[in-house]
Amino acid sequence: MYMHRALIIAILLISTQITTAQEPRFGVPATQADIDKSFWAVFPDGEFLPEGEGNVAEGRELFEYNCNICHNFPNENDPVKNRIGKLFGVQDKRGKTNLKQTIGSYWPHSTTIFNYIRRAMPLVAPMSLSNSEYYSLTAYLLHENGIIAEDYVINKETLPKVEMPNKDGFVNAYPEVPDKYKSSR
Amino acid sequence: MFKKKNSLVIDAADHSARGGLLNRRLFLSSAIATSAALATTRAAYGQEMVGEGQEDWVLYPGSDALEYSNRSRFEVASVKRLLPNDPQEFLDLRLTKFVARTPLDHLMGTITPNGLHFERSHQGIPDIDPNKHSLVIHGMVKNPLKFDISALENYPTVSRNYYIECSGNSSILWQKTPTDQSLQEIHGLLSGSEWTGVLLSTLLDECGISSDAKWIIAEGADNGMMTRSIPIDKALDDTMIAIRQNGERIRPSQGYPMRLLNPGFEGNTSVKWLRSIYVSDRPVMSVQETAKYTDMMPDNKALQFTLEQDVKSIITRPSNAMSLKKHGLYEITGLAWSGKGKIARVEVSADGGNTWADAALEGPIHTKMLTRFRVPWLWEGGSAILQSRAIDEFGRIQPTRKELIDARGRNGIYHFHAVHSWGVAKSGKIKHVYA
Repeated sequence: MYMHRALIIAILLISTQITTAQEPRFGVPATQADIDKSFWAVFPDGEFLPEGEGNVAEGRELFEYNCNICHNFPNENDPVKNRIGKLFGVQDKRGKTNLKQTIGSYWPHSTTIFNYIRRAMPLVAPMSLSNSEYYSLTAYLLHENGIIAEDYVINKETLPKVEMPNKDGFVNAYPEVPDKYKSSR
Repeated sequence: MFKKKNSLVIDAADHSARGGLLNRRLFLSSAIATSAALATTRAAYGQEMVGEGQEDWVLYPGSDALEYSNRSRFEVASVKRLLPNDPQEFLDLRLTKFVARTPLDHLMGTITPNGLHFERSHQGIPDIDPNKHSLVIHGMVKNPLKFDISALENYPTVSRNYYIECSGNSSILWQKTPTDQSLQEIHGLLSGSEWTGVLLSTLLDECGISSDAKWIIAEGADNGMMTRSIPIDKALDDTMIAIRQNGERIRPSQGYPMRLLNPGFEGNTSVKWLRSIYVSDRPVMSVQETAKYTDMMPDNKALQFTLEQDVKSIITRPSNAMSLKKHGLYEITGLAWSGKGKIARVEVSADGGNTWADAALEGPIHTKMLTRFRVPWLWEGGSAILQSRAIDEFGRIQPTRKELIDARGRNGIYHFHAVHSWGVAKSGKIKHVYA
């Protein structure tokens, strides 16, 4: 009987150890190629911006060909295009230009433009342009919003240095919405 | 193939293969038709069939079991609405429709059927081959790892009930004049499910994250690669990688084969078609957390990372999807939820908020999940304003519309969560009102 009990304890001890050692781990090492394929983020300080460079003139031409069909500018009484034309400021029904949420009046970080348009635009063919072409489009958008001069070249060094007019316009609401904007009692 | 009484009619649905091959059940139907004809004949000879007066579905055998069941063909009204929120030309221009709202007026309980879960994508629903998809976790980790769907299925999974509400749900209620949109159109970007998956903390632990990690950056594999930054405390708390919804694999519109699920956070953060998690010490400031999903306040500052959702409730019945036909007893019922935890109490008013009655809550009450409330209501034919007000376990009380606008102004378009009002007219007609 004594032997029997000892055996059970021994088995229990062993099985506990096995359980600890066999904590489920099913991930396999990710290669650099895996990461490069799935990770497209670029940060406000410029980290992960790629090589290449672009300028306003090339961006203007690219915009005409790839973007103007939706983001028509100026928005000549076209309500459809006005709705998505917020890149430069849009006109409301009374012809008043609404500049509340354009790149120039609202977007706090210049890198967000490149980060977004490279992954998502042109709408019918995202990722169809080169990094330099996306830099050129970024340059054109910044220029049309009155933020950079016609001859400012955009690359991984210069883009993060572009200061956005509304860079101080945001208030962090995590983890708590600041008291003055609290709505629930 | 439908059964046809007394005759054998072959239509397109009976063809099971090309070249005139017909469904093998057709002869059975033919035999039934024969027996029906026989019954008629028997009647002619003065013998009465005992089933006289019964409906066809009592008299004839039903259809075959299906590999995947459909709803009754009579349930045509309970569908998602692909909304004309945008002008038709705009939708045409964008090639695809990216929004579909849940028919809350047709549903009871708290679980949304998978086929009626609201849908929101930014560049369409991808058709992902699960064998060619995996989640890569990298950045500030000791071991960058990748996980495919079969790897995730091997972990001890958790199944939990959570709601998801789009940050833009109910946004029409910010406008000055009350809308004539339906309940579904106003509030339909809201659904509840039992989600099954692996806690993200399990996978992050396996990768060995740095103690300096403060955010994760989640990216999807959809066209446009949705990107959101999530605080690390959330990621290590209840965030999960969901692979199943109400038991079955999540649908393409919900992120097949795997999605991030941040319980109680604004819906957009629960990145679908999840492909990359970069562990970081700062947010990435993607377009969806700067230009969009931020709320302009009255002082022209914009609230950013309004992630955890407020306490909120809506009455789903009665609503403007119906009108009251006669005086008498009705049940007022609806849904309440909080992004912080459990619903503790729901009050209902029939006089525009002057007096309130406690509603019964249907349990079990789950954290960060829809809770169904009910209260009986005797309508004696007068005009009424029906409202519900939710209170969560932390004592947060759903604000009135005035309180919400006093605090946040009317320049934002997201995160509307104030008390909502249905105006009942003496005629029994119901419409949305501000009260």
